[in-house]
Formats: sequence, structure tokens, C-alpha cells
Amino acid sequence: MDKPSPFFSNLKCRECGRLYPKQAIHVCDFDFGPLEAAYDYDAIRPVLTRQVIESRPHTMWRYRELLPIDGEPTVGTQVGFTPLVKADRLARALGIRELYVKNDTVNYPTLSFKDRVVSVALSRARELGFKVVACASTGNLANSVAANAASAGLKSYVLIPADLEQGKVLGSLVYGTNVISIQGAYDQVNRLCSEIAGKYGWGFVNVNLRPYYAEGSKSMGYEICEQLGWRIPTHTVAPMASGSLLTKIHKAYGEFARLGLVENSPFAVYGAQATGCAPIAHAMKRGTDIVKPVPKPETIVKSLAIGTPADGYYAIHAMKQTGGCAEDCTDDEVVDGIRLLAECEGIFAETAGGVTVSCAKKLIETGKIPRDASAVLCITGHGLKTQEAIAGKCGEPRLIKPSLREFEEHVYNKDTAAA
Amino acid sequence: MPTVLIPTPLRKLTNEIEEVSAAGATIGELLDNLDRAFPGLKDRVCDEAGNVRRFVNIFVNGEDIRFLEEKATPVKDTDEISIVPAIAGG
Repeated sequence: MDKPSPFFSNLKCRECGRLYPKQAIHVCDFDFGPLEAAYDYDAIRPVLTRQVIESRPHTMWRYRELLPIDGEPTVGTQVGFTPLVKADRLARALGIRELYVKNDTVNYPTLSFKDRVVSVALSRARELGFKVVACASTGNLANSVAANAASAGLKSYVLIPADLEQGKVLGSLVYGTNVISIQGAYDQVNRLCSEIAGKYGWGFVNVNLRPYYAEGSKSMGYEICEQLGWRIPTHTVAPMASGSLLTKIHKAYGEFARLGLVENSPFAVYGAQATGCAPIAHAMKRGTDIVKPVPKPETIVKSLAIGTPADGYYAIHAMKQTGGCAEDCTDDEVVDGIRLLAECEGIFAETAGGVTVSCAKKLIETGKIPRDASAVLCITGHGLKTQEAIAGKCGEPRLIKPSLREFEEHVYNKDTAAA
Repeated sequence: MPTVLIPTPLRKLTNEIEEVSAAGATIGELLDNLDRAFPGLKDRVCDEAGNVRRFVNIFVNGEDIRFLEEKATPVKDTDEISIVPAIAGG
């Protein structure tokens, strides 16, 4: 058993503020409010300086005092510190002065931001003594739990809706995990997982380990600040499924300002959803914080297809409080967004990335993000996982015989004539 | 009587029993009856105004009551009711 962290003190109910011990629990006994990790920032401030962070390896664990485990991380020690790409060509295409892409399509090991949350959840699962870990997933989380559990020698179960993309199913099976495919939407998978977690004492990363899991997303926000030269970006656009990532990026910026690691400058966070499942964006547009669940999500963006977003309420408040807003886009616009990012920046994102790019485009066009501003787009997963979404929509290879004459006739001469 | 699956956070009130039976023609009545059997349970699930709390989901045979008739949703003896805390994305 590790000595308790002197920095990570308790779990705390986000609704009523009641404190709980750092166990595998996730909701308040009294009002079902979500439990969140609480820290002793006064203890962290003198220890976690820019110099200390900069002296550490380029992984998300360089901010470990702000992550909820007791000892040293034991799972996913190489995760994070993905590139922050200065996206000049995309900036021109979207008509904004300056743009950065936080590129989690190349996160290690499973090419999505979920490796961040899983490394925290499984490091904590080990500290709490779990032998079996599991998750409810729309795909990316399943891939990450399967891979990280395999390398940690933990037995794992991943539960997914039956209609996921093949790449995401194979991307779990290959690690030897137990893939359980549920005939139902993600919200039904979620409900079942909640019941299983209560029954067998497994460590479900997004159920009973959720307070630990969710904090991993903060590392994306910390990295953005550090990579921008220790400042908070004025405008940040993030995709929303449950709304957790956006909420945690908001928390991360606030924590860095509170610790004096960055100047306490004003910033806004913007959430992006697919129109076929946009309960948070629609509530935000209606001007309410009552999130009306979507019974049957209909979109190619399966990774964001969560009809009952657990953190929707908090995501709305984060956007409102910072002066941000939400946007949604159609499936066709998702494909356009994927292609635009790929053609401008050489980054192949999954469908959620297409959502972020297309919603950012609308936010800029409508002046919600000013054209003379600087913005960061959070791109959270790799496009090789969702190839079905763009198959047949990016043209076809030109087939020729292996002859120079054919090349000149069908390729070179045509292309030079066109140019 | 309908069967109710009790989530972990409420089991302290049900002496750690995971599944109970409760009478009631609607979800509202069923919650009142559950509260008589396990005092305090309704306060956990519903807010001061008597509405189901923001972070609680109630399902009848897997269907969210927000897509049915909320607390007026009718229940039959053979129904399975789940009370589930909202959980994070994946």
C-alpha cells in the first residue's frame, strides 16, 4: 500500500461538498452528485513549479501532483505530451488569425485522448487492489483499457454497443481483452455496467473509478498551457460526449492559474457535438442547463453518441461561466471537417475531430470566436479507427499499368493540363 | 410486485439488499412505498420539490422514465425498475 498522497486529499461531492475517502466510489450517498478529486493546492504550490515540470519526462505524469493517485504511476507511464501543432494552413481556411491543434490522434498507446484517463484510472485501480478492470465504451475507451490492462497484466472486460466501427472492435480484441457487445445504445451499455460494477466488485474505469478516470483529461489542458509558453489559450474548442473533457479542461486552466503557473487571463471554452446527438449543444442553444436526453442517437460520430451525458450540466456551466458557447454540425459537415484537417495539416482525425473542426468553422463564421483571435482545437482520436465514416468520400486511387506511357497519359499529362 | 434494483449508494438504507420488491401503480407511488420500507430513500433519489434528482436515472425495463411519463410512468408487477446514477462517457 502506498503512502497517501500529500496533495490529493479526498473525494468531494460536486453538489453538496461532502467529503469522502479516496475509495472506489463515484457518487454522493446523499444526492447522487458526482464525486470529484480534491487537492491541497497550498501544498502543491511550492512543489510544482515551472522548473520542476520542465525537468520531468515529456508525459502527462509531469503534472502528477495534480493527478489523483497516491504513489508513482504504474500504468500508462508514457502517455501524453502530444504535439500542439501551429495550424497556419487550417487557420487560413477557417479565417482566423491564429490556430493550434492539440493532436491527441498520436497519443500513446491507442491513438486517442482516452489513454490519459485510463492511465490514471488503472494506476489507481492497482493501488486499490483491483484484479479485474472494465469499462463501458463507445470504442476509444475500450481500446485504451484493453491495451493498458494488457501491459499491466490486469484482466479486462470492455462493454460496447453492438454497432461500433470495425476498427474500434478489432482495436480492442487484439489485446486479448473480453469484448462484450451489447444489443443497445451506449446509454444502455452504461446502465448495465453500473449494475455489474455494483455486483462483482470490478474496477470500472468510468463507473466506480470515475473520479480518478475523469481527472486524467485535465492533463490535456495542462499540456496546452505549457506548450503555448505557459499561458491559457483565449479560446478552446473541445468535442463533447458526456461533457467530461470540456469540464476538465476548464478545471485544468483554473488550477494552473490558481497555482500561479500561468497568468489568470480570461478564457472561453466551446463545446462541439454532432447534430444527430447534441443534447448538450441544444440545451445550451435553448439557454437552459436542463439537458434533454436523446433516446436514439443518429450520427456517424459514434464516439460522441451519448444520449444521456453525465457531465452535460457542468459542461454548460463551464461554457456559460467563461463566455463560451456550443455548436453542432451534420454528418456531412463532419466528413468535410475531417478532410479539411487532413488536407491542411496532415492530421487524420476520427469523426469527433471532424465535429470539432466543423463546429469551430461555424463559431468563427458567426463571430462567436473573433477572427482576430487565437484558438486551440482539441483533436481527440485517430481517423484510422473510423474509416467507414469517410470511405468513398475522399476519391479513389487512379489505377494504371506499370508503364511509363500509361503514367504520362493518365496522370502526368492530365495533371499538367489541369494545372 | 415490480422488482427494483438498488444501486450501491442506496444499499446502506436497504441493509445491503440489492434487489427489493415494492408496490405501486406508478414510479411515484413506488418511490413512496420504498421510502416507507426504507426510510430516507426517497430523499436521496428526489430533490426538495419531489422531482427525480439531476444525476439519477430511473429505468423501467431498460427504458428511461424521462422518455416515458417521468414519475407518472405506470408500472406492472412483472416490471424491472433500475435506479442508476449518471455515469461518465467513454
